[in-house]
Amino acid sequence: MADSTASVTNPSTTAMRELDPTARPRAVRKPRGILVPLWLGYVFLYLPILIVVVMSFNDSENLFVWRGFSLRWYPELFTDEAIMQGLVNTLVVATGATAIATVLGTLLAYGIAHYTRGGLIRAFAIAPAILPDLLLGIGLLTLFSLLTVTLGLHSVIIAHGVFATAFVTAIVLARMANLDPSLEEASRDLGAGPVRTFVRVTLPQLAPGIVAGALLAFTLSIDEFVIAFFTTAPTQPTLPIVIYSMVRFGVTPEVNALASLLLLVSIVTVIAAQRLTRLTGTPK
Amino acid sequence: MPTTRRVAAAAAGTIALAFALSSCASGGGGAEELDPNADLSEQTLTVSIWADYSPEDLAERFEEATGVKTTIVNHTTNEDIVAKLTASADPGIDVAFVSGQYAQALGEQGILAKLDKSLIPNEKNLYPEALELAYDEGNVYSEPYAWGTTGLCYRPDLTGFDPTSWNDLLNPKPELVGKTTMLSTDRWLSMPALKAEGHSINTTDDAELEDAKAQLLETKPTLLAYDDTTFYSKLVSGEAAMVEAWDGWCNYGIAEDPSIKFVVPEEGADLWVDTMTVLESSKNKEAAMAFINYILDPEVQTWVAENILYKVPNKAAMDALDPALIESYPTLGITVDELMQQETIVDLGEDSLKYVDLNAEVLATN
Amino acid sequence: MTETLQRPAPAARAGRVRLGLAPAPFLAPGMIYLIVFMAVPVGLLAFYTFFERGRFGGIVFEFTLDNWVKLFEPLYLGVILQSIALAGIVTLLALLIGYPMAYAIAGLSPKWRTVALVAVVLPFWTNFLIRTYAWILLLNNAGWVNQWLQGLGITDAPISMLYTPQAIVVGLLYMYLPLMVLPLYASLQQLDPSLREAATNLGATPWRAFRTVTFPLSLPGALTGCIFVFVPAMSNFVIPELIGGGKTIMIGNLVRDQFFEARDWPFGATLALLLTIFLVLVIVVQSAVSRRLTEGPRRG
Repeated sequence: MADSTASVTNPSTTAMRELDPTARPRAVRKPRGILVPLWLGYVFLYLPILIVVVMSFNDSENLFVWRGFSLRWYPELFTDEAIMQGLVNTLVVATGATAIATVLGTLLAYGIAHYTRGGLIRAFAIAPAILPDLLLGIGLLTLFSLLTVTLGLHSVIIAHGVFATAFVTAIVLARMANLDPSLEEASRDLGAGPVRTFVRVTLPQLAPGIVAGALLAFTLSIDEFVIAFFTTAPTQPTLPIVIYSMVRFGVTPEVNALASLLLLVSIVTVIAAQRLTRLTGTPK
Repeated sequence: MPTTRRVAAAAAGTIALAFALSSCASGGGGAEELDPNADLSEQTLTVSIWADYSPEDLAERFEEATGVKTTIVNHTTNEDIVAKLTASADPGIDVAFVSGQYAQALGEQGILAKLDKSLIPNEKNLYPEALELAYDEGNVYSEPYAWGTTGLCYRPDLTGFDPTSWNDLLNPKPELVGKTTMLSTDRWLSMPALKAEGHSINTTDDAELEDAKAQLLETKPTLLAYDDTTFYSKLVSGEAAMVEAWDGWCNYGIAEDPSIKFVVPEEGADLWVDTMTVLESSKNKEAAMAFINYILDPEVQTWVAENILYKVPNKAAMDALDPALIESYPTLGITVDELMQQETIVDLGEDSLKYVDLNAEVLATN
Repeated sequence: MTETLQRPAPAARAGRVRLGLAPAPFLAPGMIYLIVFMAVPVGLLAFYTFFERGRFGGIVFEFTLDNWVKLFEPLYLGVILQSIALAGIVTLLALLIGYPMAYAIAGLSPKWRTVALVAVVLPFWTNFLIRTYAWILLLNNAGWVNQWLQGLGITDAPISMLYTPQAIVVGLLYMYLPLMVLPLYASLQQLDPSLREAATNLGATPWRAFRTVTFPLSLPGALTGCIFVFVPAMSNFVIPELIGGGKTIMIGNLVRDQFFEARDWPFGATLALLLTIFLVLVIVVQSAVSRRLTEGPRRG
């Protein structure tokens, strides 16, 4: 969670929402030189990634010497059992944690928005997004150990469910703030029962927020290392843990290929999510 | 830390609560009757071993030989696997590879099952010396998998001389500053300093440990890095000129750069043994014993040695080793007698914490 | 029903409508989950800090305050202060680099703004271990930066860059820079361009307009960005380990090592709690300051 903690809390989600290009009027024109730091920033952000991608096509075993173009690391990647097993484990964990978080987070957000006065419950529900991942990791390890729970993917799912719930709650809450409660009231006035109102009126309105929350939960879980590191069994490493031990044990060029593929998946996902929020996100 | 402690009755010694619960639940290390005729093909086996420390197709071969569905998982260090083994009542592992001193500690704490020797007839292939090692005399809880010593692995072209003493590492010449690495795991961090000053590597004397700590702190700024896993590739790439290394792992460097050499410093070093143990919580003990027995088969262990380039404590297996291999990797030629002159690392019980603290303090000092 | 009549803005009042459903079914499942798997573990850690360690992890039920006292040993105090210093430097650098970036993005046309922002966020969605490892490829003695430097004739021998505190700073900065740019951008783009235009029209130089109008209004975003960078940077243990060569450690490494190497759970728990208390305090101060910042000008 370390590097993901923050991506959720308000300002950044606001930023993401503001990605909608139609949302703001045109800005004032600025001097040219203003773009120089931006370009330098991009060089800093993309140089390391570029190196990894380029080296994934390197024929040499040596990571510091370019010997010629080759695609050989890609097929080798798919025959690497540890990586493939790690990938499966990660997907299982992310799916489980997302399922837990989507249900619990949506209910929580709705309950908080409708029934709580103070910010205490809200703060409690969002706390896991802000707490250091380290604390959550060792806390859960301690708890599981005390209860002599066998560690495995289930314990990682539970652990990831905690912070994922917080993120879903935060996003659905943000969505709730933009809802027009008169729709719910109208539904009630027209004689629909509370459950019916929730299912037929509220949920559809919340859907974009729920989908966005679930997507975020899923992505964060896939990339999460620290909490998984503390709560998984040695027999069931998630992909980040596999990568961690590969990096520790001396990197093979396969890691470059893996990184490039993951980057590709991220780009496709980001663009897809972008399209998705543009399609469903702004109900105006 | 105060030394007076009341010890929970359920927990023998100083075991943690979690640990106490787990060992109670599993019945605590007593020998149970194993069925020599158990149908192995109905058992499954999970083996945890250091990464890159077994031939890649070991699981497949064992499965072929016995019908046991086998999964091999990896751990990084002894600490890593021990933390996992003790944090959970049933870590889901049947056979764990740990160094001798850990086999001793885990055995004493009831985490390991006593080996059923009737299922491990291949024990007879071991060197007699390998049956009376200090950490587990008579191989009650563990059978040795590979053994060796620790020394300096170096590139003569970069060092410009052949090191002979731990001091060449601990107090490096100016031109080697920033070009050396040391092991930081467990007892191997303090070993060079203790040996350099003529102390036992199993010392529990506070003054001697203080000595070692002072030396290690002095050495720390001269290091390129602490490295337990990739030191040999740092040699190959030329980042480092000399590293503290386990003999077998130096061979991985030699494989890529034959000019790399290994030396056991004149002050002596340790005899370490990496062992195979069976978890008391395992529900597949017959298969676990069969796995150990399979490894101790001379042909299999020769094949292991050729793959991982470590010496194995199996006489028949070593005798069958291709001489050309020993020529390329001289550390494989270190004899049993030479090994036996080194000091065996043993678990120190409560005093082990002194080493744990020493490591923590040296590594935490910025 | 009076509520319906006097409802001001939907967003502000959304919370107060009663639908006739009991709150328990909504709040209970999530609350129970979070209590059991967040509050209890944290409480358990707090409890453990007052006991002695067991030899293989866990605790021995022998009350002690030693763990808290131990925090003040120079050794550990040094690591804690060093972590604060490193995370602080990273935060400052992120602000210095991130601010011009966010400022430039906010000034782009809406279409390019989206692209530029996505480009900032994108590296963030690649696995962070791989991003860290990329720096090993770059900074290594045999690595690419050294090869380029030597190839261009700028240096003749490799410069040691990896396994230094500076390398840790670069790694952390790289990791968390996007988290600085995002909130900064969010606050900069909310600024009404007409304000700046007004200032310029009234004769202010661009620099003066920036200093008196833009900068003060972007401070809350800057503060949020600082928190977003400082908090995770402070507890990261992977970067110091992988690109610090284990020679410079931070509080996160200390915690991890207490659990996995030293097996001193009580002390590890104490360190983790200290870290959390410290970070919560930082966040509380930050939100107090930024509340004052946002409320101040409007009231005045």
